[in-house]
Amino acid sequence: MSSAWHIVDVVAVQEETATARTIGLRFPLPVRSLPGQHLDLRLTAPDGYQAVRSYSVASASPPDTLEITVEELPDGEVSPYLVRKLAVGDQLEVRGPVGGWFVWRPEDASPVQLIAGGSGVVPLMAMVRAHDQARHPAPFRLLYSVRDPESVYYRQELESLAGSSSGLAVDYVYTRRAPAGRPVGRLDARILASSVFGPEADPAVFICGATGFVETVSGWLVDSGYPPERIKTERYGGMGGTG
Amino acid sequence: MNGWTGRPAPGGPGAGERGTGGPDGLGEDYLDGNALAGPLSEVFLIDMTSARGRCDSCGAVSAIAEARLYVNAPAMVLRCPSCSGVLLRVRRDGGQAVLDLRGFSYLTIDLG
Amino acid sequence: MGIISSGFQGRRNRDDPGLPPGQHRAEDFPVLSAGPTPRIARADWEFRIVTETGTSRHWDWAAFLALPQEDITADIHCVTSWSKLGTHWRGVALDTLFDQIETTARFSLVHSYGGYTTNVPLADLLGGKAWIVHQFNGADLPSEHGGPARLLVPHLYFWKSAKWVRGLELTGEEIPGFWETNGYHAHGDPWREERYG
Ligand SMILES: Cc1cc2nc3c(=O)[nH]c(=O)nc-3n(C[C@H](O)[C@H](O)[C@H](O)COP(=O)(O)OP(=O)(O)OC[C@H]3O[C@@H](n4cnc5c(N)ncnc54)[C@H](O)[C@@H]3O)c2cc1C
Ligand SMILES: [Zn+2]
Repeated sequence: MSSAWHIVDVVAVQEETATARTIGLRFPLPVRSLPGQHLDLRLTAPDGYQAVRSYSVASASPPDTLEITVEELPDGEVSPYLVRKLAVGDQLEVRGPVGGWFVWRPEDASPVQLIAGGSGVVPLMAMVRAHDQARHPAPFRLLYSVRDPESVYYRQELESLAGSSSGLAVDYVYTRRAPAGRPVGRLDARILASSVFGPEADPAVFICGATGFVETVSGWLVDSGYPPERIKTERYGGMGGTG
Repeated sequence: MNGWTGRPAPGGPGAGERGTGGPDGLGEDYLDGNALAGPLSEVFLIDMTSARGRCDSCGAVSAIAEARLYVNAPAMVLRCPSCSGVLLRVRRDGGQAVLDLRGFSYLTIDLG
Repeated sequence: MGIISSGFQGRRNRDDPGLPPGQHRAEDFPVLSAGPTPRIARADWEFRIVTETGTSRHWDWAAFLALPQEDITADIHCVTSWSKLGTHWRGVALDTLFDQIETTARFSLVHSYGGYTTNVPLADLLGGKAWIVHQFNGADLPSEHGGPARLLVPHLYFWKSAKWVRGLELTGEEIPGFWETNGYHAHGDPWREERYG
Protein backbone atom coordinates (compact mmCIF):
# COMPACT_ATOMS: atom_id res chain seq x y z
CA MET A 1 0.00 0.00 0.00
CA SER A 2 2.81 2.39 0.77
CA SER A 3 3.68 2.25 -2.94
CA ALA A 4 1.13 5.04 -3.32
CA TRP A 5 3.57 7.39 -1.57
CA HIS A 6 6.52 8.94 -3.43
CA ILE A 7 9.46 10.75 -1.96
CA VAL A 8 9.84 14.05 -3.77
CA ASP A 9 12.55 16.72 -3.62
CA VAL A 10 11.77 20.32 -2.91
CA VAL A 11 13.51 22.03 -5.85
CA ALA A 12 12.12 25.56 -5.63
CA VAL A 13 10.33 27.84 -3.21
CA GLN A 14 9.00 31.23 -4.22
CA GLU A 15 7.03 33.76 -2.21
CA GLU A 16 3.70 34.23 -3.94
CA THR A 17 2.30 36.77 -1.45
CA ALA A 18 3.21 37.76 2.11
CA THR A 19 1.42 34.65 3.37
CA ALA A 20 1.68 32.17 0.52
CA ARG A 21 4.41 30.33 -1.21
CA THR A 22 4.76 28.29 -4.37
CA ILE A 23 6.77 25.10 -3.91
CA GLY A 24 8.31 23.04 -6.71
CA LEU A 25 8.37 19.28 -6.11
CA ARG A 26 10.48 16.93 -8.23
CA PHE A 27 9.23 13.36 -8.50
CA PRO A 28 11.50 10.33 -8.87
CA LEU A 29 9.75 9.45 -12.14
CA PRO A 30 7.99 11.39 -14.87
CA VAL A 31 4.63 12.58 -13.54
CA ARG A 32 1.48 13.61 -15.35
CA SER A 33 -1.31 15.63 -13.86
CA LEU A 34 -4.73 16.69 -15.07
CA PRO A 35 -5.70 20.32 -14.47
CA GLY A 36 -7.64 20.42 -11.17
CA GLN A 37 -6.02 17.42 -9.51
CA HIS A 38 -4.39 17.52 -6.08
CA LEU A 39 -1.63 15.87 -4.08
CA ASP A 40 -1.70 14.55 -0.56
CA LEU A 41 1.37 15.54 1.46
CA ARG A 42 2.48 13.54 4.48
CA LEU A 43 4.76 15.09 7.07
CA THR A 44 6.50 13.06 9.75
CA ALA A 45 7.88 14.71 12.88
CA PRO A 46 11.10 13.40 14.46
CA ASP A 47 9.06 11.46 17.05
CA GLY A 48 6.97 9.72 14.39
CA TYR A 49 3.85 11.90 14.53
CA GLN A 50 2.32 12.23 11.08
CA ALA A 51 -0.03 14.71 9.42
CA VAL A 52 -1.54 14.49 5.94
CA ARG A 53 -2.97 17.46 3.99
CA SER A 54 -4.14 17.96 0.42
CA TYR A 55 -2.75 20.60 -1.99
CA SER A 56 -3.93 21.32 -5.51
CA VAL A 57 -1.44 21.15 -8.34
CA ALA A 58 -0.85 24.68 -9.64
CA SER A 59 1.31 23.82 -12.62
CA ALA A 60 3.46 21.15 -14.14
CA SER A 61 7.01 21.47 -15.44
CA PRO A 62 7.46 18.30 -17.46
CA PRO A 63 8.70 15.74 -17.17
CA ASP A 64 8.96 15.32 -13.42
CA THR A 65 8.15 18.52 -11.51
CA LEU A 66 4.87 19.88 -10.14
CA GLU A 67 4.20 23.12 -8.30
CA ILE A 68 1.80 23.71 -5.44
CA THR A 69 0.91 26.98 -3.73
CA VAL A 70 0.24 26.95 0.00
CA GLU A 71 -1.49 29.67 2.02
CA GLU A 72 -0.41 29.97 5.64
CA LEU A 73 -3.28 29.60 8.09
CA PRO A 74 -1.88 31.27 11.23
CA ASP A 75 -3.06 28.59 13.64
CA GLY A 76 -2.62 25.74 11.21
CA GLU A 77 -0.61 22.64 11.95
CA VAL A 78 0.93 22.03 8.54
CA SER A 79 0.68 25.15 6.38
CA PRO A 80 2.96 27.38 8.53
CA TYR A 81 5.65 24.73 8.27
CA LEU A 82 5.32 24.57 4.48
CA VAL A 83 5.25 28.34 4.04
CA ARG A 84 7.90 29.32 6.62
CA LYS A 85 10.25 26.42 7.24
CA LEU A 86 10.41 24.06 4.28
CA ALA A 87 13.54 24.69 2.21
CA VAL A 88 15.02 23.68 -1.13
CA GLY A 89 16.77 20.35 -0.69
CA ASP A 90 14.22 19.01 1.78
CA GLN A 91 12.21 15.94 0.93
CA LEU A 92 8.52 15.23 1.36
CA GLU A 93 6.20 12.26 1.01
CA VAL A 94 3.51 12.73 -1.58
CA ARG A 95 0.55 10.71 -2.84
CA GLY A 96 -0.88 11.53 -6.25
CA PRO A 97 -1.69 13.52 -8.33
CA VAL A 98 -5.17 12.17 -7.67
CA GLY A 99 -8.75 13.00 -8.49
CA GLY A 100 -10.72 12.58 -11.69
CA TRP A 101 -13.81 14.69 -11.01
CA PHE A 102 -12.71 18.27 -10.34
CA VAL A 103 -10.78 18.26 -13.60
CA TRP A 104 -11.04 20.33 -16.77
CA ARG A 105 -10.88 18.13 -19.86
CA PRO A 106 -9.90 19.77 -23.15
CA GLU A 107 -12.30 17.42 -24.96
CA ASP A 108 -15.07 19.57 -23.51
CA ALA A 109 -15.65 22.53 -25.83
CA SER A 110 -18.03 24.46 -23.53
CA PRO A 111 -17.21 27.84 -22.08
CA VAL A 112 -15.60 27.53 -18.66
CA GLN A 113 -16.45 29.66 -15.65
CA LEU A 114 -13.91 29.50 -12.83
CA ILE A 115 -14.73 30.96 -9.40
CA ALA A 116 -12.00 31.20 -6.75
CA GLY A 117 -11.99 32.26 -3.13
CA GLY A 118 -8.45 33.03 -1.92
CA SER A 119 -6.14 30.03 -2.26
CA GLY A 120 -8.93 28.27 -4.16
CA VAL A 121 -7.45 29.84 -7.27
CA VAL A 122 -4.70 27.20 -7.33
CA PRO A 123 -6.41 24.35 -9.24
CA LEU A 124 -8.25 26.88 -11.40
CA MET A 125 -4.88 28.34 -12.39
CA ALA A 126 -3.83 24.86 -13.48
CA MET A 127 -6.88 24.89 -15.78
CA VAL A 128 -6.08 28.38 -17.06
CA ARG A 129 -2.52 27.30 -17.84
CA ALA A 130 -3.62 24.12 -19.59
CA HIS A 131 -6.14 26.10 -21.61
CA ASP A 132 -3.46 28.56 -22.66
CA GLN A 133 -0.87 25.92 -23.47
CA ALA A 134 -3.34 24.02 -25.62
CA ARG A 135 -4.46 27.24 -27.33
CA HIS A 136 -7.88 25.90 -26.62
CA PRO A 137 -10.76 27.75 -28.30
CA ALA A 138 -13.24 27.57 -25.38
CA PRO A 139 -13.73 30.95 -23.69
CA PHE A 140 -12.52 30.97 -20.07
CA ARG A 141 -13.64 33.37 -17.40
CA LEU A 142 -12.21 33.61 -13.88
CA LEU A 143 -13.92 35.33 -10.98
CA TYR A 144 -11.37 35.70 -8.19
CA SER A 145 -12.35 36.86 -4.71
CA VAL A 146 -9.40 38.11 -2.62
CA ARG A 147 -8.83 40.22 0.47
CA ASP A 148 -6.75 42.91 -1.20
CA PRO A 149 -4.61 43.46 -4.29
CA GLU A 150 -1.48 42.13 -2.57
CA SER A 151 -3.14 38.78 -1.92
CA VAL A 152 -3.60 37.93 -5.59
CA TYR A 153 -1.65 34.82 -6.61
CA TYR A 154 0.02 34.61 -10.03
CA ARG A 155 -0.82 38.26 -10.58
CA GLN A 156 1.48 39.04 -13.49
CA GLU A 157 0.74 35.88 -15.33
CA LEU A 158 -3.00 36.44 -14.95
CA GLU A 159 -2.65 40.01 -16.14
CA SER A 160 -0.72 39.07 -19.24
CA LEU A 161 -3.03 36.16 -20.08
CA ALA A 162 -6.12 38.30 -19.64
CA GLY A 163 -4.57 40.97 -21.87
CA SER A 164 -3.67 38.52 -24.61
CA SER A 165 -5.75 36.69 -27.14
CA SER A 166 -5.81 33.56 -25.00
CA GLY A 167 -9.55 33.79 -24.46
CA LEU A 168 -9.31 34.42 -20.70
CA ALA A 169 -11.19 37.16 -18.87
CA VAL A 170 -10.51 37.83 -15.18
CA ASP A 171 -12.76 39.67 -12.72
CA TYR A 172 -11.65 40.47 -9.19
CA VAL A 173 -13.71 40.96 -6.06
CA TYR A 174 -11.77 42.67 -3.26
CA THR A 175 -13.21 41.91 0.14
CA ARG A 176 -11.06 44.14 2.39
CA ARG A 177 -9.19 46.68 0.32
CA ALA A 178 -9.29 47.44 -3.40
CA PRO A 179 -7.07 49.29 -5.85
CA ALA A 180 -8.04 52.93 -6.34
CA GLY A 181 -11.37 53.30 -8.05
CA ARG A 182 -12.51 49.74 -7.43
CA PRO A 183 -15.27 48.74 -5.00
CA VAL A 184 -14.59 46.89 -1.74
CA GLY A 185 -16.94 44.28 -0.41
CA ARG A 186 -17.84 40.66 -0.26
CA LEU A 187 -19.08 38.78 -3.24
CA ASP A 188 -22.85 38.76 -3.37
CA ALA A 189 -25.42 37.22 -5.69
CA ARG A 190 -25.73 40.38 -7.76
CA ILE A 191 -22.00 40.83 -8.36
CA LEU A 192 -21.78 37.15 -9.08
CA ALA A 193 -24.51 37.31 -11.73
CA SER A 194 -22.82 40.25 -13.46
CA SER A 195 -19.35 38.65 -13.54
CA VAL A 196 -19.95 35.15 -14.83
CA PHE A 197 -21.16 33.50 -18.03
CA GLY A 198 -24.94 33.37 -17.87
CA PRO A 199 -26.82 30.09 -17.59
CA GLU A 200 -27.82 30.33 -21.28
CA ALA A 201 -24.16 29.92 -22.24
CA ASP A 202 -24.26 26.58 -20.38
CA PRO A 203 -20.75 26.97 -18.95
CA ALA A 204 -18.86 24.25 -17.14
CA VAL A 205 -18.43 25.81 -13.69
CA PHE A 206 -15.57 25.10 -11.27
CA ILE A 207 -15.69 26.65 -7.78
CA CYS A 208 -12.87 26.32 -5.27
CA GLY A 209 -12.04 27.83 -1.89
CA ALA A 210 -12.91 27.61 1.77
CA THR A 211 -15.97 25.45 2.44
CA GLY A 212 -18.13 28.43 3.44
CA PHE A 213 -17.29 30.26 0.20
CA VAL A 214 -17.99 27.30 -2.05
CA GLU A 215 -21.21 26.54 -0.22
CA THR A 216 -22.53 30.08 -0.64
CA VAL A 217 -21.50 30.60 -4.25
CA SER A 218 -22.74 27.25 -5.52
CA GLY A 219 -26.06 27.91 -3.77
CA TRP A 220 -26.45 31.25 -5.58
CA LEU A 221 -25.69 29.67 -8.94
CA VAL A 222 -28.20 26.86 -8.48
CA ASP A 223 -30.81 29.42 -7.39
CA SER A 224 -30.13 31.39 -10.58
CA GLY A 225 -30.80 28.39 -12.77
CA TYR A 226 -27.40 26.84 -13.41
CA PRO A 227 -27.89 23.07 -13.53
CA PRO A 228 -26.20 21.44 -10.52
CA GLU A 229 -24.57 18.84 -12.74
CA ARG A 230 -22.63 21.61 -14.54
CA ILE A 231 -21.13 22.85 -11.25
CA LYS A 232 -18.08 21.14 -9.82
CA THR A 233 -16.72 22.13 -6.46
CA GLU A 234 -13.55 21.71 -4.40
CA ARG A 235 -13.97 22.62 -0.73
CA TYR A 236 -10.76 23.30 1.16
CA GLY A 237 -12.32 23.17 4.64
CA GLY A 238 -13.01 26.07 6.92
CA MET A 239 -16.03 28.28 7.22
CA GLY A 240 -14.02 31.40 6.44
CA GLY A 241 -15.58 34.02 4.22
CA THR A 242 -15.28 34.84 0.57
CA GLY A 243 -11.53 35.07 0.35
CA MET B 1 -39.94 4.36 20.56
CA ASN B 2 -39.93 7.71 18.84
CA GLY B 3 -37.61 7.04 15.98
CA TRP B 4 -35.15 4.65 17.53
CA THR B 5 -34.51 1.76 15.28
CA GLY B 6 -32.78 -0.25 17.94
CA ARG B 7 -30.06 -0.74 15.33
CA PRO B 8 -26.97 1.34 14.90
CA ALA B 9 -28.19 3.18 11.87
CA PRO B 10 -25.54 3.10 9.17
CA GLY B 11 -27.70 5.79 7.80
CA GLY B 12 -28.67 9.25 8.50
CA PRO B 13 -30.47 11.32 10.96
CA GLY B 14 -33.52 9.63 12.38
CA ALA B 15 -36.85 10.67 11.02
CA GLY B 16 -38.50 13.79 12.31
CA GLU B 17 -35.43 15.59 13.50
CA ARG B 18 -34.67 19.24 13.34
CA GLY B 19 -32.81 20.72 10.44
CA THR B 20 -29.09 21.03 10.66
CA GLY B 21 -28.58 24.54 9.37
CA GLY B 22 -27.27 26.64 12.19
CA PRO B 23 -29.50 29.38 13.53
CA ASP B 24 -26.27 31.32 13.91
CA GLY B 25 -25.75 31.06 10.16
CA LEU B 26 -22.74 28.84 10.65
CA GLY B 27 -22.47 26.04 8.16
CA GLU B 28 -20.76 22.74 8.53
CA ASP B 29 -17.09 22.10 8.01
CA TYR B 30 -16.81 19.36 5.44
CA LEU B 31 -14.97 18.68 2.21
CA ASP B 32 -16.06 17.35 -1.15
CA GLY B 33 -15.70 13.63 -1.77
CA ASN B 34 -12.87 14.61 -4.15
CA ALA B 35 -10.60 14.61 -1.13
CA LEU B 36 -11.07 10.83 -0.87
CA ALA B 37 -9.12 10.38 -4.10
CA GLY B 38 -5.83 9.91 -2.25
CA PRO B 39 -6.95 7.45 0.43
CA LEU B 40 -8.93 5.41 -2.11
CA SER B 41 -6.00 5.40 -4.55
CA GLU B 42 -4.20 3.16 -2.09
CA VAL B 43 -6.95 0.58 -2.43
CA PHE B 44 -8.29 0.89 -5.99
CA LEU B 45 -6.40 1.03 -9.27
CA ILE B 46 -8.73 3.54 -10.91
CA ASP B 47 -10.06 6.82 -9.60
CA MET B 48 -13.08 5.95 -7.49
CA THR B 49 -14.21 9.50 -6.82
CA SER B 50 -15.91 9.62 -10.24
CA ALA B 51 -17.85 6.43 -9.47
CA ARG B 52 -21.56 7.06 -8.99
CA GLY B 53 -23.33 5.42 -6.10
CA ARG B 54 -26.89 4.95 -4.99
CA CYS B 55 -27.59 5.92 -1.40
CA ASP B 56 -29.13 2.97 0.40
CA SER B 57 -31.07 5.29 2.73
CA CYS B 58 -32.81 7.62 0.24
CA GLY B 59 -32.06 6.31 -3.24
CA ALA B 60 -30.28 9.44 -4.49
CA VAL B 61 -27.50 8.78 -6.97
CA SER B 62 -24.34 10.91 -6.86
CA ALA B 63 -20.65 10.68 -7.59
CA ILE B 64 -18.41 10.01 -4.61
CA ALA B 65 -16.74 13.33 -5.50
CA GLU B 66 -20.05 15.16 -4.99
CA ALA B 67 -20.84 13.75 -1.57
CA ARG B 68 -19.84 15.40 1.71
CA LEU B 69 -16.70 14.25 3.42
CA TYR B 70 -16.15 14.73 7.15
CA VAL B 71 -12.50 14.35 8.06
CA ASN B 72 -12.28 15.58 11.67
CA ALA B 73 -13.34 12.22 13.06
CA PRO B 74 -11.90 8.82 14.00
CA ALA B 75 -12.43 7.78 10.36
CA MET B 76 -13.27 9.72 7.20
CA VAL B 77 -17.05 9.66 6.82
CA LEU B 78 -18.73 10.28 3.46
CA ARG B 79 -22.38 11.36 3.61
CA CYS B 80 -25.15 11.54 1.03
CA PRO B 81 -25.67 15.09 -0.27
CA SER B 82 -29.45 14.53 -0.27
CA CYS B 83 -30.21 12.87 3.07
CA SER B 84 -26.82 12.99 4.85
CA GLY B 85 -26.95 9.25 5.47
CA VAL B 86 -23.55 7.60 5.80
CA LEU B 87 -22.31 6.24 2.44
CA LEU B 88 -18.76 5.22 3.20
CA ARG B 89 -16.24 5.15 6.01
CA VAL B 90 -12.53 4.64 5.60
CA ARG B 91 -9.66 4.75 8.03
CA ARG B 92 -6.10 3.66 8.30
CA ASP B 93 -5.16 1.12 10.96
CA GLY B 94 -1.40 0.64 10.79
CA GLY B 95 -0.75 -1.12 7.49
CA GLN B 96 -4.43 -1.74 6.79
CA ALA B 97 -7.25 0.26 5.30
CA VAL B 98 -10.65 -0.38 6.86
CA LEU B 99 -13.32 0.42 4.29
CA ASP B 100 -17.05 0.31 4.99
CA LEU B 101 -19.21 0.79 1.90
CA ARG B 102 -22.50 -0.36 3.27
CA GLY B 103 -24.30 2.94 2.77
CA PHE B 104 -24.30 2.34 -0.99
CA SER B 105 -26.78 -0.05 -2.55
CA TYR B 106 -24.44 -0.10 -5.55
CA LEU B 107 -21.63 1.79 -7.26
CA THR B 108 -21.34 2.35 -11.01
CA ILE B 109 -17.71 2.52 -12.05
CA ASP B 110 -16.63 3.76 -15.47
CA LEU B 111 -14.04 1.36 -16.86
CA GLY B 112 -13.20 3.66 -19.76
CA MET C 1 8.98 5.23 8.16
CA GLY C 2 9.56 7.62 5.30
CA ILE C 3 11.04 11.06 5.45
CA ILE C 4 11.47 12.92 8.72
CA SER C 5 10.88 16.67 8.61
CA SER C 6 13.09 17.86 11.43
CA GLY C 7 11.48 21.29 11.71
CA PHE C 8 7.97 19.89 11.84
CA GLN C 9 6.42 19.44 15.26
CA GLY C 10 2.71 19.32 14.68
CA ARG C 11 0.48 21.01 17.20
CA ARG C 12 1.36 18.82 20.11
CA ASN C 13 2.80 18.45 23.57
CA ARG C 14 4.15 15.02 24.16
CA ASP C 15 5.91 12.93 26.80
CA ASP C 16 3.37 13.94 29.37
CA PRO C 17 3.24 11.51 32.30
CA GLY C 18 -0.41 12.40 32.92
CA LEU C 19 -1.39 11.09 29.51
CA PRO C 20 -2.23 7.60 28.27
CA PRO C 21 0.13 6.08 25.70
CA GLY C 22 0.07 7.70 22.25
CA GLN C 23 -1.87 10.77 23.42
CA HIS C 24 -0.84 14.42 23.22
CA ARG C 25 -2.19 17.41 25.05
CA ALA C 26 -4.63 19.75 23.33
CA GLU C 27 -4.91 23.29 24.64
CA ASP C 28 -8.02 24.11 22.64
CA PHE C 29 -11.04 21.84 22.43
CA PRO C 30 -11.02 20.25 18.98
CA VAL C 31 -14.43 19.78 17.39
CA LEU C 32 -14.82 16.32 15.98
CA SER C 33 -17.66 15.94 13.55
CA ALA C 34 -18.58 12.89 11.55
CA GLY C 35 -21.70 14.55 10.22
CA PRO C 36 -23.96 17.56 10.34
CA THR C 37 -24.48 19.13 13.76
CA PRO C 38 -28.06 18.59 14.95
CA ARG C 39 -29.58 21.74 16.43
CA ILE C 40 -31.99 20.67 19.15
CA ALA C 41 -34.00 23.26 21.05
CA ARG C 42 -34.18 22.61 24.78
CA ALA C 43 -37.97 22.78 24.54
CA ASP C 44 -37.84 19.79 22.19
CA TRP C 45 -35.14 17.88 24.03
CA GLU C 46 -35.91 14.77 25.95
CA PHE C 47 -33.85 11.97 27.42
CA ARG C 48 -35.18 8.48 27.82
CA ILE C 49 -34.05 5.13 29.14
CA VAL C 50 -35.68 2.06 27.65
CA THR C 51 -35.06 -1.21 29.46
CA GLU C 52 -34.68 -4.70 28.02
CA THR C 53 -38.33 -5.38 28.87
CA GLY C 54 -39.47 -2.33 26.92
CA THR C 55 -40.48 -0.16 29.87
CA SER C 56 -39.21 3.35 29.62
CA ARG C 57 -38.77 6.56 31.56
CA HIS C 58 -38.16 9.96 30.16
CA TRP C 59 -37.19 13.43 31.31
CA ASP C 60 -37.81 16.69 29.54
CA TRP C 61 -35.44 19.61 30.03
CA ALA C 62 -37.15 20.94 33.16
CA ALA C 63 -37.36 17.51 34.79
CA PHE C 64 -33.72 16.86 33.93
CA LEU C 65 -32.58 20.15 35.49
CA ALA C 66 -34.65 19.41 38.61
CA LEU C 67 -32.49 16.34 39.33
CA PRO C 68 -29.46 16.70 41.63
CA GLN C 69 -26.64 18.37 39.67
CA GLU C 70 -22.97 17.52 40.05
CA ASP C 71 -19.79 19.36 39.07
CA ILE C 72 -17.25 17.12 37.44
CA THR C 73 -13.57 17.73 36.70
CA ALA C 74 -12.08 15.13 34.42
CA ASP C 75 -9.39 14.40 31.83
CA ILE C 76 -10.72 13.42 28.44
CA HIS C 77 -8.97 11.36 25.79
CA CYS C 78 -9.93 11.31 22.12
CA VAL C 79 -9.00 8.32 19.97
CA THR C 80 -7.64 10.73 17.33
CA SER C 81 -4.84 11.15 19.90
CA TRP C 82 -5.50 14.41 21.72
CA SER C 83 -6.21 14.62 25.43
CA LYS C 84 -7.52 17.54 27.39
CA LEU C 85 -6.79 17.65 31.10
CA GLY C 86 -8.88 19.07 33.90
CA THR C 87 -12.06 19.84 31.97
CA HIS C 88 -15.05 21.13 33.98
CA TRP C 89 -18.58 19.92 33.42
CA ARG C 90 -21.97 20.10 35.13
CA GLY C 91 -24.71 17.53 34.85
CA VAL C 92 -26.60 14.59 36.30
CA ALA C 93 -24.96 11.30 37.27
CA LEU C 94 -26.25 8.23 35.47
CA ASP C 95 -26.64 6.73 38.96
CA THR C 96 -29.29 9.35 39.66
CA LEU C 97 -31.17 8.58 36.46
CA PHE C 98 -30.95 4.85 37.13
CA ASP C 99 -32.44 5.23 40.64
CA GLN C 100 -35.84 4.70 39.10
CA ILE C 101 -34.93 1.98 36.61
CA GLU C 102 -35.39 -1.78 37.09
CA THR C 103 -32.97 -3.70 34.92
CA THR C 104 -30.74 -6.73 34.76
CA ALA C 105 -29.24 -5.69 31.42
CA ARG C 106 -25.45 -5.59 31.19
CA PHE C 107 -25.12 -3.36 28.15
CA SER C 108 -26.46 -0.12 26.77
CA LEU C 109 -26.68 1.34 23.32
CA VAL C 110 -26.50 5.13 23.59
CA HIS C 111 -28.63 7.01 21.04
CA SER C 112 -28.11 10.58 19.88
CA TYR C 113 -30.06 13.14 17.91
CA GLY C 114 -28.64 12.90 14.40
CA GLY C 115 -28.52 9.10 14.46
CA TYR C 116 -25.18 8.52 16.23
CA THR C 117 -24.94 5.48 18.49
CA THR C 118 -22.30 3.98 20.75
CA ASN C 119 -22.34 0.95 23.05
CA VAL C 120 -21.23 1.15 26.68
CA PRO C 121 -21.45 -1.60 29.31
CA LEU C 122 -23.63 -0.59 32.27
CA ALA C 123 -20.70 -1.22 34.58
CA ASP C 124 -18.97 1.74 32.92
CA LEU C 125 -21.98 4.03 33.32
CA LEU C 126 -22.79 3.41 36.99
CA GLY C 127 -20.81 3.87 40.21
CA GLY C 128 -19.94 7.55 39.73
CA LYS C 129 -18.31 7.02 36.34
CA ALA C 130 -20.67 8.75 33.90
CA TRP C 131 -22.93 11.79 33.62
CA ILE C 132 -25.33 13.51 31.26
CA VAL C 133 -23.75 16.98 31.13
CA HIS C 134 -25.17 20.26 29.89
CA GLN C 135 -22.48 22.76 30.89
CA PHE C 136 -18.82 23.04 29.96
CA ASN C 137 -16.53 25.49 31.81
CA GLY C 138 -19.52 27.14 33.41
CA ALA C 139 -21.41 27.86 30.19
CA ASP C 140 -24.16 26.07 28.32
CA LEU C 141 -22.73 23.31 26.18
CA PRO C 142 -22.53 24.61 22.58
CA SER C 143 -24.09 22.43 19.91
CA GLU C 144 -20.75 21.66 18.22
CA HIS C 145 -19.65 20.05 21.48
CA GLY C 146 -22.89 18.12 21.88
CA GLY C 147 -25.39 20.55 23.39
CA PRO C 148 -28.03 20.70 24.71
CA ALA C 149 -26.60 17.66 26.53
CA ARG C 150 -24.04 14.94 25.99
CA LEU C 151 -22.94 11.81 27.75
CA LEU C 152 -19.65 12.10 29.66
CA VAL C 153 -17.74 8.87 30.32
CA PRO C 154 -14.27 10.29 30.88
CA HIS C 155 -12.51 7.01 31.65
CA LEU C 156 -13.24 5.73 28.13
CA TYR C 157 -12.18 7.18 24.75
CA PHE C 158 -14.23 10.23 24.01
CA TRP C 159 -16.24 8.72 21.15
CA LYS C 160 -18.15 6.93 23.93
CA SER C 161 -19.19 10.32 25.36
CA ALA C 162 -21.95 10.69 22.79
CA LYS C 163 -22.86 14.25 21.76
CA TRP C 164 -26.52 15.31 21.43
CA VAL C 165 -27.55 12.36 23.58
CA ARG C 166 -31.23 11.45 23.62
CA GLY C 167 -31.36 8.15 25.43
CA LEU C 168 -30.13 4.73 26.42
CA GLU C 169 -31.39 1.41 25.18
CA LEU C 170 -30.57 -1.33 27.70
CA THR C 171 -29.76 -4.71 26.21
CA GLY C 172 -28.71 -8.16 27.33
CA GLU C 173 -26.38 -8.54 24.37
CA GLU C 174 -23.88 -5.94 23.30
CA ILE C 175 -25.01 -4.12 20.12
CA PRO C 176 -22.11 -2.33 18.41
CA GLY C 177 -22.61 1.40 17.74
CA PHE C 178 -21.44 3.77 14.98
CA TRP C 179 -17.66 3.51 15.43
CA GLU C 180 -17.75 0.06 16.96
CA THR C 181 -19.22 -1.34 13.70
CA ASN C 182 -16.28 0.28 11.92
CA GLY C 183 -13.77 -1.82 13.84
CA TYR C 184 -13.34 0.39 16.88
CA HIS C 185 -13.05 -1.34 20.22
CA ALA C 186 -16.27 -2.28 22.03
CA HIS C 187 -14.89 -1.00 25.35
CA GLY C 188 -12.38 1.76 24.53
CA ASP C 189 -10.11 2.19 27.57
CA PRO C 190 -7.39 4.72 26.63
CA TRP C 191 -4.97 3.45 29.27
CA ARG C 192 -5.07 0.03 27.61
CA GLU C 193 -5.10 1.64 24.17
CA GLU C 194 -8.35 -0.13 23.32
CA ARG C 195 -8.68 1.67 20.01
CA TYR C 196 -9.49 -1.09 17.58
CA GLY C 197 -11.52 -4.21 18.23
C1 LIG D 1 -8.57 18.75 -2.25
C2 LIG D 1 -7.94 19.87 -1.45
C3 LIG D 1 -7.01 20.71 -2.05
C4 LIG D 1 -6.43 21.75 -1.32
N1 LIG D 1 -5.54 22.57 -1.96
C5 LIG D 1 -4.97 23.60 -1.28
C6 LIG D 1 -4.06 24.49 -1.94
O1 LIG D 1 -3.80 24.38 -3.15
N2 LIG D 1 -3.50 25.49 -1.20
C7 LIG D 1 -3.78 25.65 0.13
O2 LIG D 1 -3.21 26.57 0.74
N3 LIG D 1 -4.63 24.82 0.77
C8 LIG D 1 -5.22 23.79 0.10
N4 LIG D 1 -6.09 22.94 0.76
C9 LIG D 1 -6.27 23.09 2.23
C10 LIG D 1 -5.15 22.30 2.92
O3 LIG D 1 -5.34 20.89 2.69
C11 LIG D 1 -5.14 22.48 4.44
O4 LIG D 1 -6.43 22.28 4.96
C12 LIG D 1 -4.64 23.85 4.84
O5 LIG D 1 -3.31 24.04 4.37
C13 LIG D 1 -4.67 23.99 6.36
O6 LIG D 1 -3.87 23.00 6.95
P1 LIG D 1 -3.19 23.26 8.37
O7 LIG D 1 -2.62 21.97 8.84
O8 LIG D 1 -2.26 24.42 8.28
O9 LIG D 1 -4.40 23.71 9.27
P2 LIG D 1 -5.18 22.79 10.35
O10 LIG D 1 -4.36 22.66 11.56
O11 LIG D 1 -5.63 21.57 9.65
O12 LIG D 1 -6.43 23.70 10.70
C14 LIG D 1 -6.97 24.51 9.70
C15 LIG D 1 -8.45 24.73 9.88
O13 LIG D 1 -8.81 25.65 8.87
C16 LIG D 1 -9.67 25.06 7.92
N5 LIG D 1 -9.24 25.48 6.57
C17 LIG D 1 -8.58 24.77 5.63
N6 LIG D 1 -8.40 25.48 4.52
C18 LIG D 1 -8.96 26.70 4.74
C19 LIG D 1 -9.10 27.87 3.97
N7 LIG D 1 -8.65 27.97 2.72
N8 LIG D 1 -9.70 28.93 4.53
C20 LIG D 1 -10.18 28.88 5.78
N9 LIG D 1 -10.09 27.78 6.56
C21 LIG D 1 -9.49 26.71 6.05
C22 LIG D 1 -9.61 23.58 8.13
O14 LIG D 1 -10.87 22.99 7.86
C23 LIG D 1 -9.27 23.47 9.60
O15 LIG D 1 -10.43 23.54 10.37
C24 LIG D 1 -6.73 21.93 0.05
C25 LIG D 1 -7.65 21.07 0.65
C26 LIG D 1 -8.26 20.06 -0.07
C27 LIG D 1 -9.26 19.17 0.60
ZN1 LIG E 1 -29.31 9.62 0.77
